[in-house]
Amino acid sequence: MGSYLSNTPEEQRRMLHEIGFDSFDALFSHIPEEVKTGELKLPDGMSEMEAFGRIEEMADKNVRFRHIFRGAGAYNHYIPAIVKSVSAKEEFVTAYTPYQAEISQGILQSIFEYQTMICELTGMDAGNASVYDGGTAAAEAAAMCRERGRQTVLVSAAVHPQVIEVVRTYCYGSNTKVVLIPEKDGATDVEALRRNLNETSACFLMQYPNYYGIIEDAGLLGTIVHEAGAKFIMGCNPIALAVLKSPAECGADIAVGEGHPLGLGLAFGGPYLGFMAARDRMVRKLPGRIVGETLDREGARAFVLTLQAREQHIRREKASSNICSNQALCALTAGVYLAAMGAQGLKQAASLCISKAHYLQRKLEEAGLYLKYAQPFFHEFVTVSEKRSDDILAALQKEGFLGGLPVNDHEILWCATEKNTREEMDRLAAIVKEVSHEADI
Amino acid sequence: MKLIFERGMEGQRCTILPDCDVPEICLDVPGRGLPLRLPHVSENEISRHYTELAGQVHGVNNGFYPLGSCTMKYNPKVNEEAAALPGFTDIHPLQPEDTVQGCMKVLDAAKQMLLEITGMDDMTMQPAAGAHGEFTGLLLIKAYHDSRGDKKRTKIIVPDSAHGTNPASAAMAGFEVVNIPSGEDGCVDLEKLREAAGEDTAGLMLTNPNTVGLFDKNILAITSIVHEAGGLAYYDGANLNAVMGIARPGDMGFDVMHINLHKTFSTPHGGGGPGSGPVGCKAFLKEFLPGLQPAKSEAGYTFTAPRRSVGRVKMFYGNFLVVVKALTYLLVLGREGVRDASRNAVLNANYMMRKLQDIYPMAYPETCMHEFVMCLENMKHDADVTAMDVAKALLDYGIHPPTMYFPLIVHEALMVEPTETESRETLDEAIRAFREIYDCAKKDALRLHEAPVHAYIRRPDEVQAARKPVLRYFFPDAVRNPAQ
Repeated sequence: MGSYLSNTPEEQRRMLHEIGFDSFDALFSHIPEEVKTGELKLPDGMSEMEAFGRIEEMADKNVRFRHIFRGAGAYNHYIPAIVKSVSAKEEFVTAYTPYQAEISQGILQSIFEYQTMICELTGMDAGNASVYDGGTAAAEAAAMCRERGRQTVLVSAAVHPQVIEVVRTYCYGSNTKVVLIPEKDGATDVEALRRNLNETSACFLMQYPNYYGIIEDAGLLGTIVHEAGAKFIMGCNPIALAVLKSPAECGADIAVGEGHPLGLGLAFGGPYLGFMAARDRMVRKLPGRIVGETLDREGARAFVLTLQAREQHIRREKASSNICSNQALCALTAGVYLAAMGAQGLKQAASLCISKAHYLQRKLEEAGLYLKYAQPFFHEFVTVSEKRSDDILAALQKEGFLGGLPVNDHEILWCATEKNTREEMDRLAAIVKEVSHEADI
Repeated sequence: MKLIFERGMEGQRCTILPDCDVPEICLDVPGRGLPLRLPHVSENEISRHYTELAGQVHGVNNGFYPLGSCTMKYNPKVNEEAAALPGFTDIHPLQPEDTVQGCMKVLDAAKQMLLEITGMDDMTMQPAAGAHGEFTGLLLIKAYHDSRGDKKRTKIIVPDSAHGTNPASAAMAGFEVVNIPSGEDGCVDLEKLREAAGEDTAGLMLTNPNTVGLFDKNILAITSIVHEAGGLAYYDGANLNAVMGIARPGDMGFDVMHINLHKTFSTPHGGGGPGSGPVGCKAFLKEFLPGLQPAKSEAGYTFTAPRRSVGRVKMFYGNFLVVVKALTYLLVLGREGVRDASRNAVLNANYMMRKLQDIYPMAYPETCMHEFVMCLENMKHDADVTAMDVAKALLDYGIHPPTMYFPLIVHEALMVEPTETESRETLDEAIRAFREIYDCAKKDALRLHEAPVHAYIRRPDEVQAARKPVLRYFFPDAVRNPAQ
């Protein structure tokens, strides 16, 4: 019974007759009988109210944690109200890719502004309109670096495991060799990196802060990579970039990252936002849409999709990537978030993340969970405990806490953000302390 | 209008975050030396800025959007409400399985309905868009041949009428692309296909209906030629809106396909994403699927990784909230609604085509499916009015132009896809606009060269934009570092 058609059955019959058909069967009579399908085995349609009820039931089957201390690539940040209000505007939501510049200036300008903000955060010269997520951004960046003779992609083992997997999958496609550089004490093993770099190395990908939350010496890694003539790719947390040495200052050729912390929410992992920015000399290798400023016929400021000679609809198999739909609305959302936070607000968010995470770490240490790596960290860190990770996390879950991600039986990766209060961290530590002191059964 | 960086002033801001309630820590690592220049605006300024920007966008809500191959149907509002439920938006992707049973049910329920519509046996929701789905599907084909030790299959056959993403995806998956010319009828030339198919064929990529809007009657012959050569058949689901409940890719002989949830299943396009491109496959390919698959047991859903997976193509489970929207739509439509959508999409396209064919020559005049292609070569020759001019003139009528200059096999092409959610009244208005433009082309071509005159800007200088790219805003020195 559900339908979004505007033509009534009577109107449909009139239209069919006007163009010479007496039924829908006649309209489809040119389709060979042998491929026509019988009635689909689908449930009956329903009203909007019923459908929404069904979906609500599904949402209710999930557990919404009031207190979240898990990150590992998905971070629980505060989203300013203005962000949701702007990104829900129907014009932005229901438009297509802005091919027709004359009636798409709003979308084009929002992307141009987003590109500028990503350049500011990373210190790079130019960014694209977005890719699917942080993982595909890393994989696309690696693809940008391949050139004759340099076909091997080096990746730090301290990069998010799912990002590594996405890079591997893309490299399986392009028949590119991936070399994993081991970690040492939670960070890239610098000597191993040196040993593995050679004249066949296309690039090295590191994460900043890395999967374990550690802020590696990116400047040093960049220098080593460049000495071997390879490109240096940094996968970055955009909020951390408000206070950390920028990718440009660390010598990055390409900066990428997962942009979902910029106002997109957890959303069971998507839609998220892959951001990409590069030095001028690599701009024409960037994948996907790029918006540029120009003038219209009357000399007024105008924005258009540009450098399209890189793209699939022009270059087909020679394109820099196959991407067309990206995450435009997510990029717009990130733009609104960055406008609402401003430089001051973003730095405050970063500082709060640092202070809260360090407070949490101290409280957990008092509760018997010890810091695994003696390294500077941003808003995530790994603890080691005598107690089993599962026991600790189960006790927390019972009290409405989503604890850190279990790395193994006795190690947990924790995260704190500006949303976590002192009060809840104290409570979390108290629960952990209680479990720690319970005798093992 | 002003950029957001040109609004507000130093010191203007929103007050979002509280003071720190724990001891403040300063890290002992090198800090940022570069200035960070972000907008300094109050909330009111932000609100006005984006309201002004939204006023310069044409969405499906603003008017007719017959953009061929993009299926710009109406995006039901209940989908948005469903995807905004906190029971979805506040869920961490790495929560324990017993706390995300609802999300897993969404993924599984959407999958089961889409499998029935497409005639496939299994599916992944991980790909984030159509092109991403194509890449994923091609990796399945690659992994299949690899698993059989069949290393010589390095080529993917693509008709010259295909979407640009097809050859681009094939190249990304490490294949060589063999382009075959279409026949005079716009469909696959069986002889050319037979010549191209052989021991080195990994597969064929095809849409059906194809990009000129025709259902290829030889589809079973086409897929069996590919199969006999040892290759697999990939279905580009961009045009699925024409055949739901009418014909299924799985019954046409296709082995693997993607679906664009943001086209066929009514999820909005967001000005260029987020979309979602689930990939369906036949049973013999399921062990190669990427990511984790929700599996149902008595105890509930659990995630399992396919045995010989090609690996993740994206983090987590894809654009999950987009899947929520598509599922909401599917629940509303159900069995009959799905079929009726395709029926009316095809009716609307044929209606427009028949009402325009006396003055706009159709590239292929036979009964079309959900879209049709006009060929404006004569108009260009006789009146010096191009497909671009007609497209730009439509802007002044408040109509989003059709897809221009595609497919490449039709010169001066305009590809029109009305979709099923438009009323006859809207189609009639658009037909009137097309006819007025035709009259204008005969009488006053210059006026069309000037179009649009009522849009937010006049035609932009795209050549200059590409020649001297300005890809970001440059701050005047005076406000170089407002933070200091």
